[in-house]
Order: sequence, then C-alpha cells, then structure tokens
Amino acid sequence: MIEKTEIKLTSKDFVTDQEIRWCPGCGDYSILKQVQTVMPELGLKREEIVFISGIGCSSRFPYYMETFGMHSIHGRAAAIASGLKATRPELSVWIVTGDGDSLSIGGNHLIHLLRRNFDVNILLFNNEIYGLTKGQYSPASPLGKVTKSTPMGSVAHPFNPLALCLGADASFIARTMDRDPVHLREMLKRSHQHKGTSMLEIYQNCNVFNDGAFEVFTEKGTKKSHTLFVEQGRPLVFGENGTKGIKLDGLKPVVVNIADVSLNDLWIHDETDQTKASILIRFFNDQEDKNALPRPFGVFYTEDRFCYEDAMNAQISEAITSMGKGDLDTLIRGKNTWTV
Amino acid sequence: MSALPEIKTDVVILFAGDSGDGIQLTGSQFTATAALYGNDISTFPNFPAEIRAPQGTTAGVSGFQLHFGSIEIFTAGDACDVLVVMNAAALKADLKQLKPGGIIIVNTDGFDAKNLKLAKYPVGVNPLRDGSLGKYEVYEIDVTKITRTALADSGLGTKEMDRSKNMFVLGYIYWMYNRSLDNTIEFLKLKFKKQLELRDANIKVLRAGFNYGDTVEAPMNRFEVKPAPVSKGTYRSIMGNQAAALGLIAASQKSGLTLFYGTYPITPASDILHELSKHKNFGVKTFQAEDEIAAVTSAIGASFGGSLGVTASSGPGIALKGEAIGLALMLELPLVILNVQRGGPSTGLPTKTEQADLLQALYGRNGEAPVPVIAAYSPSDCFDAAFEACRLALEFMTPVFFLSDGYIANGSEPWKFPSARELPDLTVSFAKNNLKEGEKFLSYKRNEKLAREWATPGTKGLEHRLGGIEKENETGNISYDPENHEFMVKIRQAKVDKIADYIPLQKIDNGNVKGKLLILGWGSTYGSIKTAVKEAIAEGFDVSHAHIKYLNPLPKNLGDLLRNFDKVLIPEMNNGQLIKVIREKYLIDAKGLNKIQGMPFTSAEIKEKIKEIIA
Repeated sequence: MIEKTEIKLTSKDFVTDQEIRWCPGCGDYSILKQVQTVMPELGLKREEIVFISGIGCSSRFPYYMETFGMHSIHGRAAAIASGLKATRPELSVWIVTGDGDSLSIGGNHLIHLLRRNFDVNILLFNNEIYGLTKGQYSPASPLGKVTKSTPMGSVAHPFNPLALCLGADASFIARTMDRDPVHLREMLKRSHQHKGTSMLEIYQNCNVFNDGAFEVFTEKGTKKSHTLFVEQGRPLVFGENGTKGIKLDGLKPVVVNIADVSLNDLWIHDETDQTKASILIRFFNDQEDKNALPRPFGVFYTEDRFCYEDAMNAQISEAITSMGKGDLDTLIRGKNTWTV
Repeated sequence: MSALPEIKTDVVILFAGDSGDGIQLTGSQFTATAALYGNDISTFPNFPAEIRAPQGTTAGVSGFQLHFGSIEIFTAGDACDVLVVMNAAALKADLKQLKPGGIIIVNTDGFDAKNLKLAKYPVGVNPLRDGSLGKYEVYEIDVTKITRTALADSGLGTKEMDRSKNMFVLGYIYWMYNRSLDNTIEFLKLKFKKQLELRDANIKVLRAGFNYGDTVEAPMNRFEVKPAPVSKGTYRSIMGNQAAALGLIAASQKSGLTLFYGTYPITPASDILHELSKHKNFGVKTFQAEDEIAAVTSAIGASFGGSLGVTASSGPGIALKGEAIGLALMLELPLVILNVQRGGPSTGLPTKTEQADLLQALYGRNGEAPVPVIAAYSPSDCFDAAFEACRLALEFMTPVFFLSDGYIANGSEPWKFPSARELPDLTVSFAKNNLKEGEKFLSYKRNEKLAREWATPGTKGLEHRLGGIEKENETGNISYDPENHEFMVKIRQAKVDKIADYIPLQKIDNGNVKGKLLILGWGSTYGSIKTAVKEAIAEGFDVSHAHIKYLNPLPKNLGDLLRNFDKVLIPEMNNGQLIKVIREKYLIDAKGLNKIQGMPFTSAEIKEKIKEIIA
C-alpha cells in the first residue's frame, strides 16, 4: 500500500509548467482540472503516481500532470502500463486514452489489459472523433457520421465501448462526462478505489470537430430526460423531477411512469450483477429515437477479482520458497558438467 | 565379438526420421553422452515447421546432425559419416548428406510399400533392393519388430511400444561408439518418473539396442573417438537459446535489476521464453503478451520503472516492434531486443536459419534511429552476447539489438562456463534528487558517455514526463525547434558512436594480420569459416579470418585491419548485407559469398571460394 502523504498537497501541486496546447473550449480542460483536484484527496505521494498515454489529443495529458508520466505511441499505453505495473505494483498507474487510441489502434491491448486485470485506471476520453488528425470518424462515431474521411456518412457500425469492455471481463466499468465535474470527480475516486483495472469512459466534447456530440446528455434542457445516473442500491429513476423509472420485464428494460408503479417494482441498481450490467450497458440508443432508453452514467459493474501482478508475484514467491532463491553459479553450471 | 574398434578423430552422425519419431531427443541424448565423455561436439537440429507434418513424407523429415571428435570441432559437419534413417522418406531426403562409403543404418520397417509410396519412390522401386546404395555400407535392422519383441511382456500396446523405437537406435549407436548408457538411463528415470512402465520400457529397449550390436550375426565395426584436447576446465553442454536466457539472468543478477521479459511466441525464439519461465526463483518476470507490439512496449514500461526490460522475437515480430524500438530510443531507456533470425521475408522459412535481418536491425525504423547491434557467433557465445547487450543498454540508456539465428539458437556445443564472480559488475545508479531549492530536474542532461540519467517513478522531486515527440536538449520538454531537432538527431547518433570507445578492438581470429585474403564474418557462420580457414592455412594458403561481434558501432580499428589485406571476402547467409555496410563505410571492394538456402555454410563451400580467390 502507498503511504499517506505527510504534507497536504493541493490541486496546484499537480500543475506543470508546460503550456497547455488543447483547443480553447475543449472538454479536456475540465477533465484535467477535475483530475488535478481529485489527486490530493487520494492520499498518494506525487512521485508514486504515473500517467501513461498513447497518441491523440487526450494523450497530451501526462505533460500537464506534475507526476511521473509517459506520452508513448499510438494505442500502446495499456501495454506499457502492464509492464510497469508488473514490475512496480506499488505505483498508482493511470492510463489516459481516447476512442481512437484505445478502441481502434490499441484495441487489442485494451481487451487483454481488462482480462488480466492489472490494478490500473483507464480514463477513456470518448469524443467519437479523431481530433488530432483533424476530424476523421472513429470506431465510436455513430453510423452515418459525416466527417472528412466519410463525406457520405460512415458505413461502419460503431463500438459500444463499455459493452466491449464487459465482454473482455473488465472488473470495473463506469461512465461519466466532462460537463459534470461533481460526478466526474466521484467516478475518478471510485476508479482509484477499485483494485483491478478500472475502465472509466468520459464523454468529452470536441468543440472543433464534433461539437455537441453529447449535448443532449450534458445540457440543462435535455440532460434530465436523457440521462440516468445510477447509484448502488437505488432504483433506476430519471426524467424531469424524477418522474420516470426503469423496470425489468424479464430481461427487457421498460420505461415506466413512477406514478403508475410501486417503487419496489423498479430496477434496483446492483453494480455486482454482471447480467444486469450487461443490460444497462446496452442502453445505447440513438437519443433521437422516441423510444430511446436514457443513457446511463455511474458505476455499472464492479467485481473483486485477482490482479495479474499479484498472481505473478505470488508465483515468484512460491518458486523462491520451493526452489530457494536463485544462485547464479548453480544456474550457469546446469545439471551435467565434466571436467577436463 | 567384433574386432578392435577403429580409431576416428571425428564423426558426423545424422539421425533422420518422421517428426514424430523422437529424432531430436535421440540426437540430444547422444550429444549429452558424447560431451560428458569429453568429446568436442557441435550439433544442428533440422526440423519441419509443422509439429506433425504428413507422416512418412519427405516434408515431414526431422533431422539431428551431430559432429563429435577428439579434435576441436567448430561446425556440425559438412557431410555425415553415419546416416540413421527411420523410414524411406528420411533416406530420400538426407542421402545427399552422406559421404561416399558412409554407413547407413536402416529401420527396415520404414521401407514397406506404404512408406516407399509416401516417400514417392516409383512403384516397385525399393532403394534397399535395387543396388542404388552400393557405394555405402548398409545395415538393415527391423527396429520395430525387435522393439516389440523386447517389450512383449510389458503390457504396453503396440503404439506405445513403437514410441521407444528411437531408444533402440540410440542404444545401437552407443554400442557402435562404445558409450555408456548411464547418462540416458538417468535421463529416462527423470523423464518418466511418474510413468514407471514407460521408464522401464525405454530403458529395456535402449539396452536391447546396445546388446543387439554384440549379438547380431553380421557384425559391423565399432569405432572409438577419444576425448578432445580442449583447454582445462569444467564444461557443460549448452544450446544457443538456453545460453541467451542464462546471459539475461546473469545480467539481471549482476545489475541487481529485475529481469522483465515481454515476448510473443515465435519460432525459433520461443525456447528463450520457456527457459526463462523456469527460473522464477531469480525473480524473473516473463510476460507472454497479446502480440509483438505489447511484448516490446510492456518491456519499455518495465524499463521506465527501473527494471531490465527485454523483448525477443524473430524477423516478422521484430518488424512489428519497429515503432516501439524507436520510442525506446527517444525515451533513452535501456531495452534489449533479441532477434533469433530465421528465413524471410514475411513468414519465410520459420524453422530454417538465415542472417537476413542485419539491415533491419541497423536501419529498420522510421527517422534517424541508430541502435547498437551485437551478434552472437556460436551457441555458447549467446550467453556473452546477451550479457553484453544488457551492459550496453544499461550503460548507454539505449535499446540494443542482440542477433542470433536458428542455427546457433538450436545448435549446441560444450561450454567452459564462467563463474558468477568472473562476470563484470553491471550495478546501475539511478538518478537521485540532489536538486537545490527551485532547481528543475533535467531529464535529458547527459554524462560523459552521452547517456542521460535513469530517474524512476518513486523518486521524490524527479517527477518528469517522457515521450516520443522530439524534445528539447536537457529539459526534455516538447520542442519543434528546427535547430534543436538536428542537434538531438546528431547527439543520439553520437551516443551510439561513442560506444566504440567502450568495446574491444577487432581481432584477427586466425591467420596473419596482413596478407592476401581476409574472410570477414559475423554471427553463426563462425564455425564454418573457422574450419575452412584453418584447413586452408594448413594447406599453405595465405588467408586470415576476422569475425565481427559488434556490428553497430563497428570496432574503431576495423578499417585499418581490413586495409591490411589485398582482398576481403564476406560470407553471409543472406543476399549481401554486412557487405553493404563495409563497402559504404570503408570504401573497400569486398566480395560476397552468399548462401540463402535456410542452411548453414559448409566449410567446404568456404574453402572452395578461398582457393578460387587466391589461385
């Protein structure tokens, strides 16, 4: 475990002297601010925190965090973090990635990181677009999306990123948004607290190439009727004044008016239930559809499962116990020798 | 009883059979026994890419060639004295390897109509019966029948009985060379310690093979190959991949760093992973990654954390790692990349040997990306070369390539191993926080070797960010400044060039330091060149041999050394790669001798070329 820091750090202690190069108005600013705000509350020493990123706008993040950091190559942050965590399990390792970085070029590393369950945190900045390469569609862009590379609209079915993660047996899955600082900070803390790989998807607005992609979820006028904030042990309630709820009809989610049903009939959120999580994560409808289910936010799934680095170290301890600590001369000598 | 054994200075045996016949095991057992006896020895396993290629066909023939002697041995031999064939396909595939007058030991059961057909002999033709083997000494043994008879009471099924056929052959060869069965019996006891009936069956058949030699009515000669006059010391037998693994562990122990080995299975490099996985009690962390890219990048992550990060592959996998190797170079973190070369391009010849990835190691990345390259020249040298690659990576904060190939990776030889104490100390000093109040840590400040400091997470006050984007000198901040970029490109090159001050000068391995012809080799061609040059010198030719281990940077004196010869010949198992480097760098009209057949040079091929050039 990491010791509590002695001198109380503040968010300013996590600010670097580097000029921030994101476009003005980018959702990344808010995420950076919330991460810097949360860090002092986690009780970590600055030098024991590492931010690792791949390539893309979001991946500039480590330069702005006064911790150890690495801005690596496209898609590979998950694999770099795996090697680091395997050898330095005491470090608090954060992966900052985007939808192109982790779902496209780095997709393989993402799913394997999740199944191995290294104790690291993934912050997936999802803006449903390629920003740094100036506006091509991403694997998370909706069907029909018109971009520079898809002038007639994208013909590729998009990923549901969190369904992919659940399919890879992620042990922690949550979603939040750049425009809700309170919820974002709460989710960052939950990600940190989880032992195992935490996948936190953050809806992030790219105001240059995909402005308003999530505004139906983030703007005051529409937020309440299109979002569903889930909390452990609480019924699934949403809508203006909380008048709507979700009920499970068998395995089918149904929107009901709370006035028409007993509260006991509503779906009670249980973040340890993988089956329910898989249904919740599939709330992924186009919000223009009249019968669309609201988009859920919060912690959808969490599971206590052993971490790769712990199992790896346990085998090493076991080997040392059973064979004794390795002796180099014995090893080099081998079993059969002869002397001339 | 047979007559007194005939004395031989050296013998080459080629065991050949179906890939399921246990040929590799038979060969490696004979190797171990010969080595324990004190012979010098060199081996060359040669097997198909498929685990169980079509049975009985020439495509499925697995071979194990071993060369042992009472003299110094440098190669697995150009041609064999004894060919052991378990079936018709093996004879068809490997007869060309047998010297005229050589001995063929035949398992007659493998020459029935079905096997002859599978081996594609014309209908009605049986090479054992048509006189075509007249110039050889042929010994026919119905191995299958005798094995089954020996095991009649064992209670085993025929399929299981037939699996011990290879032990019969091994026992018979032990008889031929008058070797003790003890080492193999010990091996079988260990291998089958939980399957006692199989243990007993194999030992019984091994003995039956030995006894057959004494009792058979048409006795063959026995041979004696005395121990070799090698330098005094204690030896073991070692394969190249095994030696590379031990070299890495030794570097980890001598540096006090955790060895992290990120890799993805690929022929012929996987055995290094298998070997390292056995030694977790040295704290070795092996990580079988999801792909080649994760293999190298996980190693980079481990290096960032202060471990000895190593990755390995063969050519196709190295191609995938290219971008990440460039990252390690930009981050200036230690990283060792092992390439056990095989025939290429693309999937190429996975189980065959080649040296065609030299230019890939030297130049195979985007941008100006110099990486030091070291090549092992023999199975046991894989230990030294791997250790040395780690030393350079740690001292110069750089990725370093280690090159070997299928021939030495799977080949074996006796090794006069060092003691741990004799190995150089590789202790690393990580960056410490000696900053004064208000002073910033300069992550790209360099020492006299032009290496930057290794500041690892957990060191208070040294928090810094690394990245693949061009960085400003000293501060490491992102910089797109034109002059700075040129400066950084030049200084990264200068750092690699600087290594030349910290490696040995090039030596002449054999022959005069001045003369008519120099044979300049690198990597696994060592044994063939060594043998050829030794013989040519004995025959009065003015020829010398130098073998380059450090391919980047090249030894400082190499140019002068080359200019002392009228002619330079560069034999390579590729279409001419080192020759490009040498011609470009030293403006010397070197000539190439190239073999690209997935097989090592024979020493005769090199000797012939020597004679052609000097005559």
